[in-house]
Amino acid sequence: MSRMHWLKALFNVKQSDRELDDELRFDLEQRIAAKLAAGMTGKEAEMAAKREFGSVDLAKEECRDERGTRWLEDLWLDIRFGLRMLRKNPGFTAIAILTLALGIGANTAIFSVVNGVLLNPLPYPEPNQLVSVHAKKTNFPRGSISYPNFMDWHAQNHCFSHFAVYRYTGYNMTGVGPAEELNAVVVTSDFFPLLGVKPILGRTFLPSEDVLGVSNAVAISASLWSRKYGSSPEVIGKGIALDGREYTIVGVIPTDFAVSLRGFQGVDIYGPMGGWPTPALRSRTAGLGIHGFGRLKPGVSLEQARADMEIVTRHVAEVYPNAAKGTRATLTPLKEELVGRVRPFLLLLLGAVGIVLLIACVNVANLMLARATGRTREMAVRSALGAGMGRLIRQMLTESVLLALTGGALGLAIAAAGTRAALDALPATLPRAMEVTMDARVLLFSILLSVFAGILFGLIPALRMARGNVSETLKEGGRGGSGKRHRAQGALVIVEMAMAIVLLTGAGLLIRSLAALWNVDPGFNPENVVTFNLALPPFMSKASPAAIRAALRNFDAQIAATPGVEAEALSWGSLPMASLDDDGFWVDGQRKPGSTETNGTLVYIVGPGYWKAMKIPLLAGRFFSEQDDEHSQQVVVVDEVLARKYFPNGDALGKGIHVGGDDRSEIVGIVGHVKQWGLDTDDSSSLRAQTYLPFQQMDDGRIALTPSNSAVVVRSRGLVPGLMESIRHTSEQMNRDQVISGTATMNQIIAQSLASKRFAMMLLGAFAGLALVLASIGLYGVIAHLVGQRTHEIGVRMALGAQRGDVLRWVLAQGVRLALAGVVIGLVAAAGLTRLLTNLSLLFGVSARDPLTFAGVAVVLTVVALAACLIPARRAMRVDPMTALRYE
Amino acid sequence: MAMSPLKMDLLQGTLDLLILKTLSAGPLHGYGVSLRIAQISRDALQVRQGSLYPALHRLERRGWIAAEWGGSENNRRAKFYRLTRAGRRQLEVEETTWEKLAIAIGQVLKTV
Repeated sequence: MSRMHWLKALFNVKQSDRELDDELRFDLEQRIAAKLAAGMTGKEAEMAAKREFGSVDLAKEECRDERGTRWLEDLWLDIRFGLRMLRKNPGFTAIAILTLALGIGANTAIFSVVNGVLLNPLPYPEPNQLVSVHAKKTNFPRGSISYPNFMDWHAQNHCFSHFAVYRYTGYNMTGVGPAEELNAVVVTSDFFPLLGVKPILGRTFLPSEDVLGVSNAVAISASLWSRKYGSSPEVIGKGIALDGREYTIVGVIPTDFAVSLRGFQGVDIYGPMGGWPTPALRSRTAGLGIHGFGRLKPGVSLEQARADMEIVTRHVAEVYPNAAKGTRATLTPLKEELVGRVRPFLLLLLGAVGIVLLIACVNVANLMLARATGRTREMAVRSALGAGMGRLIRQMLTESVLLALTGGALGLAIAAAGTRAALDALPATLPRAMEVTMDARVLLFSILLSVFAGILFGLIPALRMARGNVSETLKEGGRGGSGKRHRAQGALVIVEMAMAIVLLTGAGLLIRSLAALWNVDPGFNPENVVTFNLALPPFMSKASPAAIRAALRNFDAQIAATPGVEAEALSWGSLPMASLDDDGFWVDGQRKPGSTETNGTLVYIVGPGYWKAMKIPLLAGRFFSEQDDEHSQQVVVVDEVLARKYFPNGDALGKGIHVGGDDRSEIVGIVGHVKQWGLDTDDSSSLRAQTYLPFQQMDDGRIALTPSNSAVVVRSRGLVPGLMESIRHTSEQMNRDQVISGTATMNQIIAQSLASKRFAMMLLGAFAGLALVLASIGLYGVIAHLVGQRTHEIGVRMALGAQRGDVLRWVLAQGVRLALAGVVIGLVAAAGLTRLLTNLSLLFGVSARDPLTFAGVAVVLTVVALAACLIPARRAMRVDPMTALRYE
Repeated sequence: MAMSPLKMDLLQGTLDLLILKTLSAGPLHGYGVSLRIAQISRDALQVRQGSLYPALHRLERRGWIAAEWGGSENNRRAKFYRLTRAGRRQLEVEETTWEKLAIAIGQVLKTV
């Protein structure tokens, strides 16, 4: 049938019926006319014609069937009838819609996150061509790419149309308003074309600016442009002072491209890497935190690119055996790089929220079963009047899908309002969080889910009703079949209890993990410790090393003297869970190893107050003092891991090691190990040995880098309100161009390191709670309905001498029986499913089958179930035998 | 003396063939179709209206015939059906099929 015919049929059901009437009447009249012409009387002719014709109504019905729009007409009838039924039962309708809205809303919310983060392509042209590039070294599959290696890889590869590296940094901007610490990124010339980013104004960087020491160009972000320059087009060509150096603004970069790349959000300055004043850029071995993006040439597969880069990196390594030996490239699709680690976790949440929806569906199915009691008679009558079973089921399903769609619409509204708010409130652990929106796919998902849910929860009651025995039901006057129905309701309650148990167990295990993590000793005392970044006034960048050392000593003294400060230290390199620096070392007296076989150690370059500020336990020897400076003997402090591993005889003190260079340093102390990699993953990390070097013993080249960005660690005497204000004040007194930024307490840093686990726990906990509430409502509903149905029986029992306590026990026993069956099935299912949490490494310090959690969850669910049964049980107790007996 | 009409139930599908064949001579209304079939078969084939009209609607839905309202012989409003191009093709197909079937059945009846 043509589409026009369909549409016509849909809107013109009435008219087609009229036309059919006309057509059939015309036929009949022609026949009568023919009979009259043959000589029959009027009466005879009409009778004969009608006999010949047969049943007009039957013909009409068959014609309607042939039209092919019958189902559409029926659907319309069903919808109108369904709406009438739902309006007649506002209480039932409201509860069902609300339950479904919660279930579908939660699913829509999580799906919108999955959609925005995992499914949607990255917002760049040809996003599938984008890959991330890291240097692969012995301990680091995703290590930093040295600049000389990059230049060679860039020149020699055949797989990339664009290949760029970038590095986060920061600048202290002076001269435009008050001094300000700005986030910056230095990039190579391919960077912006690679991502398809066009400057708003001016230009991006040229290949000639990839050459070291040539360019003093920078581009500024659109946000800095409007904040500091009032979006004036005259900004191009203007000078800008960053860390005391003069640069020229050559372009304005839009901010929206950073939406998928979290590190680029809030970046205000872009510079060509060639203009980055870091001598180490020339070193082929330096690990400067430089990483890359590549865009594959059209038609080049990831595998081909990997093979090509293998050849290129191998060749470079052969040319520079000392510096690049063993260095290869790791290529990962960019989207995988950005969101790969959250995929299993998001899918887990989607599964959890799916269970919540199943429970919601079971609840509504139960409600409908309960309501079915009142409608058995209606169905039987319709069936007796000739409605087929399929027709009855269809009508019931129409009702349930109507319910689900209404619930879905409400759920969609909840999700739309809630998701954004939740994402904004949660810690920034989710990549691409800003890209989560309610788009067409989310809408479609929500609608399909609603229809699916409607069919799911509508089918059981529909089948049950349609299968009901017509004559029995009519005879019984609508009271029949309740035993069977109770069994069905009971089974459904068991199922939802079991599903709630599974979610509760998962949430319980995560809570236990998190508790276990909080109890892990990080190796230092984070209470009352605050860290921040310090940038000395810009002119210090050009000062002599001696002047820099003096300025830092002065800063130490001033901060240490600030009221409330107990201990203070400068820090460079690694900071637990916050920043990372490593170097190779070898034990004095042993052979100096080649570049690929060095022993690695984390490096902490700190002032003498560090161990007091962090309260790291001193196990042997001493920590640094003011006397360990540029003039004295080079000393180091190592942690117990390094000491045990490299000095198994326990004789580390007094021995020498070479860290990062040929200079020998003497081990003067051994301290406890600090959980650099986070409370959960440190033990399994491959690089754990730790070395502390005195801040003032950095060589002149390195100390020259410290003015622009050093870290400071401060321990206060207890909780000191306004401590940071005093410190800032002290700093400003020293120089108003000296900037303090990035303040965070150590507890915040630890919390941040646990954020993804906390995020998982909070969401899974919320869903488990929701599941528990829904399941208890379901149990409550069934028991309440049971009590309502058995009022008569309870009355008889009481009349026969049953005590109120007996009634209470009987009702509670009904509920507990269901709950316990659910608990047992749920625990078995949970034992199988919680292994998923282990696989996603979301568990810590607790087994996936932790008996305490399983027992606890069982108890919680049973208690809640008892509470849910108590209300109907009390109602049953108050049954007055006389009223109950008269009631029927 | 005419033989008493041989009343038979039509084989499934043959009604469609008869309607298409009848309409191949020109547009007719439903009553006209039944009249023509009865005439040509000398009243041997009588189509029940309860079968005719659903069949007409079915053929219309399949696009083999098209309908429009027009004036009848006695100037009454009537729904006229005519064969479409697709219907003409379908008629050829069904005629061939029918002839093959008739021959095959004839063979079986003669031989066995």
